[in-house]
Amino acid sequence: MTFKAPPLIALALAASLGPVQAFAQTATQDTPQTPAQTGDRNTPDPADWPAVLAEAEGETVYWNAWGGSDSVNAFIDWIGDKAAEQGVTLEHVKLSDTAEAVSRVLAEKTAGRDSGGGIDLVWINGENFAAMKDEGLLFGPWAEELPNRALTNPSNAALTADFTVPTEGYESPWGMAQLVFFHDSARLAEPPRSMATLLAWAQANPGRFTYPQPPDFIGSTFLKQALIEFSPDMIALESPVDAADYEATTAPLWAFLDELTPQLWREGRAYPQSSARLIQLMADNEIDIGMEFNPNAASNAIANGQLPDSVRSYIHDGGTIGNASFVAIPFNANAKAGAMVVADILLSPEAQARMADPAVWGLGTVLDLEALSPEQKAPFDEIAFGPATLEPSEMGTPLPEPHPSWMVRLEEDWTSRYGVAE
Amino acid sequence: MTLLRLAPILTLAVMLGPVIAGLGGTLLPAIGIMPVLGSAEPGLGPVRDLLAWPGLPRAAGLSLFTGLASTALALTLTMLICAGWQGTRAFSWLERVLSPLLSVPHAAAAFGLAFLIAPSGWIARLIAPVAGWERPPDLLILQDPMGLSLIAGLVVKEMPFLLLMSLAALPALRPAETLVTARSLGHSRTGGWLRTVFPRLYPQLRLPLYAVLAFSMSVVDVAMILGPSTPPTLSVQVLRWMNDPDLAMRLRAAAGAVLQLLLTLGALGMWRLGELLVARAGRAWIETGARGPRDGLLRGVALLAGAVSAGAVVLGLAMLAVWSVAGFWGFPALWPSSLTAQGWTRSGAALAGPAVQTALIAGVSVGTALLLVIACLEAEDHLGLRPGRRALWLLYLPLLVPQIAFLPGLQVLALISGMDGTLGAVIAAHVVFVLPYVFLSLSDPWRRRDPRHARIARALGASPSRVFWRVSLPMMLRPVLTATAVGTAVSVGLFLPTLLLGAGRVPTLTTEAVALASGGSRRVVGVTALAQTAAAFLPFALALAIPALAWRNRKGMQHG
Repeated sequence: MTFKAPPLIALALAASLGPVQAFAQTATQDTPQTPAQTGDRNTPDPADWPAVLAEAEGETVYWNAWGGSDSVNAFIDWIGDKAAEQGVTLEHVKLSDTAEAVSRVLAEKTAGRDSGGGIDLVWINGENFAAMKDEGLLFGPWAEELPNRALTNPSNAALTADFTVPTEGYESPWGMAQLVFFHDSARLAEPPRSMATLLAWAQANPGRFTYPQPPDFIGSTFLKQALIEFSPDMIALESPVDAADYEATTAPLWAFLDELTPQLWREGRAYPQSSARLIQLMADNEIDIGMEFNPNAASNAIANGQLPDSVRSYIHDGGTIGNASFVAIPFNANAKAGAMVVADILLSPEAQARMADPAVWGLGTVLDLEALSPEQKAPFDEIAFGPATLEPSEMGTPLPEPHPSWMVRLEEDWTSRYGVAE
Repeated sequence: MTLLRLAPILTLAVMLGPVIAGLGGTLLPAIGIMPVLGSAEPGLGPVRDLLAWPGLPRAAGLSLFTGLASTALALTLTMLICAGWQGTRAFSWLERVLSPLLSVPHAAAAFGLAFLIAPSGWIARLIAPVAGWERPPDLLILQDPMGLSLIAGLVVKEMPFLLLMSLAALPALRPAETLVTARSLGHSRTGGWLRTVFPRLYPQLRLPLYAVLAFSMSVVDVAMILGPSTPPTLSVQVLRWMNDPDLAMRLRAAAGAVLQLLLTLGALGMWRLGELLVARAGRAWIETGARGPRDGLLRGVALLAGAVSAGAVVLGLAMLAVWSVAGFWGFPALWPSSLTAQGWTRSGAALAGPAVQTALIAGVSVGTALLLVIACLEAEDHLGLRPGRRALWLLYLPLLVPQIAFLPGLQVLALISGMDGTLGAVIAAHVVFVLPYVFLSLSDPWRRRDPRHARIARALGASPSRVFWRVSLPMMLRPVLTATAVGTAVSVGLFLPTLLLGAGRVPTLTTEAVALASGGSRRVVGVTALAQTAAAFLPFALALAIPALAWRNRKGMQHG
């Protein structure tokens, strides 16, 4: 055959394949290369705030944050507008699970990328924070020097310890969450207000209660809530699990679950995969009690048309677990100064009041309202709480989270007891 | 000339390079090598850790069972439909309904199906007034431990694919002629078809079937929506380990990914064994010469199964459409109590950016794949570089290796090369998956085209490139557009490659759909799933419309 290649095709091929070919070649190299990113290894010092502001100008901050809620996404958009006023572009990278971000930073470290990383800021707490701090994947300390940090109460333990792990300035708080339950008052007038009465209620109403499958965050929180209610040895729970008598502490919890499980929705042979599914199951009349980690969840769902307006929130008599949401900066972040600016905006009274407004989101503020000036405090006083939202005074003092190692152990044991059938 | 000669090699490199490199990146952590976690000594620790996980036998068994059962069921139904109805009006109707369903993304189909068959789903709501249900029955229909709903979800999505593959291969076998002979010898329609056409058709379906089997065994999104969770299938569990805050779980995840690969190989081996057994039994059956019973019932069942399968997907999509505008919609109401455009104004607006990204990625990756495939096919013609059977296997490799087994490794390599999080990396990963499908849908029509047209054009003095542009390509317009549509549907639906190589910075409709769906609001799920379906469906509509428009005054091209 002596045909010549059609020249146009050849040209087009050569032109279009450039990058792909290059990828195929580089992808097979396994020697780390020096990243060619414009990343800076310098470490902005939040104590010199004007310098941070100057450095942040023009930076793009990739904020990795859970993206499963319209109202949260809208609030983050609004934070982006505020950041833009200071010359910082905020991009919300929507995650379905925060662990995706942890994986990503780990992969970057594996690949030797010590600067110019893909994540500048991450919404984090608890287990994920403990893991990242342990592995040296976080930048810091920086958070306690933020200008607006002064508006918080320095003795508020929820802000200095995250699931008992000292934050030590490696993450900056921005919202308070607490476990709340909700019920449809049209179907269930008086909900059970403790784990013990919940069990009795479930036995009388089989198939009408369930909880998200651990290690889903809310599902694990339900386990910890039960653990605290049945074994109120808070001192054991504050220390790592190895240091405590695990068997004795958790025995009442497993006894409770052994009795509860056959009474669950689908007899405990299937579990919803997230707390959001609980809201749907409530609407579908498959279950009678739901739970969330946001006091305002039920009101939000009513406003969104996901739940009937007869739904009400409640907490257990002995109180419920609460914790703070934080933002952290990975060790190799590309726009550390910009990330600090965003973290500081999150702590501003304007943003905190907006966040606490159930019409926007309804997450609790981390600011010390007593420390605010009257003008700063005014928007907080104007917040209207929905009929399904408990007022801060009704929420009581949140119970502290156990050390994260408890959650790991509980999740493992739960899986081998209830999560693998048989 | 040299470039055209290089085309096949280049195509294989672009496609296989990432797969092989990624597998290496997964294998190392599986034997304990992950220096960043302080684990540099090779050892069997991760494997032992994996074997100690109590859910392993069930998870692995589920993967195997759901994969084999759904593939076998989809094949049986597709073959019975072809056997009983090919050439009839009902068949062309079914063909017309099933083909567009190929473009419906798996996740969207699964969500639609879930809402239909759940105990509080639409079918239950139809029954509720009759049965007097005030509450949905506490039945384990979705997430059942046997994975039956998962199998149903996979079957309704794989049937259109297998049907299309059969339709592409059938004409060359001239089934009408053999069928006439068989029937004149007293065989029923189905019996005659199974005896004379099926044995010749099957070899052509073998590779697509293997791809279906490998995919069904390791699918993640459908298994998360319809599959069991106590425990889930192995691939879902591997993804969970990869996302576990405890970073040491990455090693267990890698070992699990390797097991998934072995499991897939094992299942392919079992399928091959099954082929041999069926072939032996079938041969004996044919040789008895028995005429068999009448096939009326079988034909009815086959048609019904096809119609139910198509109906489930279509009705599921309709349900998603209603959900996307629904206000509060409780059980057992058949329709929402109010309608709202909130879902579309809020979430819909947020999807505009990802929609552009999706189009860009699909456009470039499908364009690249088309160029490579056409170059390969031209190389066949001009240089005699015909791929052997082995090369065809290589072409299928990216579809046979479970995504979960090589993508995490590939992500690390992309990071090392500094390409992660760029559009280029995502597009390159998409090409890996788009290319095989484009090749499969384009190669047969291309090879079957009548060479005399080109010969005449050459005889009239046209240069080879002029012949290509003015004769070959225009005559191939319809298959090229079909291949484009298939490739686009594949690209639009890709989740893991986009997520892992895009670093979350390259949002597409599919990644946004999954992120938003984690919030669980059915309205948002409805909006995103429909947007995703539209993105995959549009190219199919164009592939039908453009040739009709371009050839409105070319009678000979209107049915080609």
